[in-house]
Amino acid sequence: MKCKSIVIELADYLDGALDSSLRASIEQHLEKCSDCRLVVDTTKKTIQIFCNSEPAPLPADIRQRLHDALEKRLGGAGT
Amino acid sequence: MHTPKLNPAHTHPLPSRIVKDDESTLVAAAQAGDVRAFETLVNRYERRIFRLTHNITQNREDAEDAMQEAFLKAFEHLGGFQGTSRFYTWLVRIAVNQALMKLRKRRPGIVSLDEEIETGEATVPRDVEDWGPSPEQRYQQSELADILAHVVGDLDPLFRVVFQLRDIEELSTEETAEVLGLSVPAVKSRLLRARLRLRESLNRYFRRGEPS
Repeated sequence: MKCKSIVIELADYLDGALDSSLRASIEQHLEKCSDCRLVVDTTKKTIQIFCNSEPAPLPADIRQRLHDALEKRLGGAGT
Repeated sequence: MHTPKLNPAHTHPLPSRIVKDDESTLVAAAQAGDVRAFETLVNRYERRIFRLTHNITQNREDAEDAMQEAFLKAFEHLGGFQGTSRFYTWLVRIAVNQALMKLRKRRPGIVSLDEEIETGEATVPRDVEDWGPSPEQRYQQSELADILAHVVGDLDPLFRVVFQLRDIEELSTEETAEVLGLSVPAVKSRLLRARLRLRESLNRYFRRGEPS
């Protein structure tokens, strides 16, 4: 397996969406190729960093307007 | 944990940090007319939905409008929510549609998200540097949030929206395809490009030896 094939299969590899034989071929290549290993590791890290990132608090003015609009609508729902 | 029944091969690789166990109880209560239950859902998801609409529109005013309209629409159509997907996924679909309408209105020249794009062949990245075990810890939380928002904002909308849904909002490949009206291969192709480009952008901040 060549480095280019690793890149092509990268997303499915990281998502665990490959069959076991293809996955084994990739892992065999990764054991020998430090560049591909770094690409896989840093791409995985990229996903994790985004996935784990907490959204910033909602700006106070935006939150106030949202809840005012909801109160108006939910209040109108008769509850 | 409440999880959708999906092909595990196409679900998100990481366990959900978004949906909590009591979501379906809150939704049922809200559907029965409990306004406080709906408000709890709003409080829980408002920050995520605003980040979503802001990442798509890249405009504060449009993001606010899209978020507000999404919650109001969700409330109006709550009775029609069947529970076949997570409530959060349903809410994300509504918010994405609102945000995309804003984006297209402000940028009428933007290509349709389902347009065939020339992605070219995947090339082997040149910048292969070690980031160390926890590169994100070199930055304060607010700095990191700015960095992430900046690099996502630099992505083409075609890639940005797919990445947002798949890797930030944890939708499955199929859900992402359905929300955006794309084929599964198109989602996968865009996701690969987005991940590689973001990796390249973050490399500037996270490679070892870089001052934080």
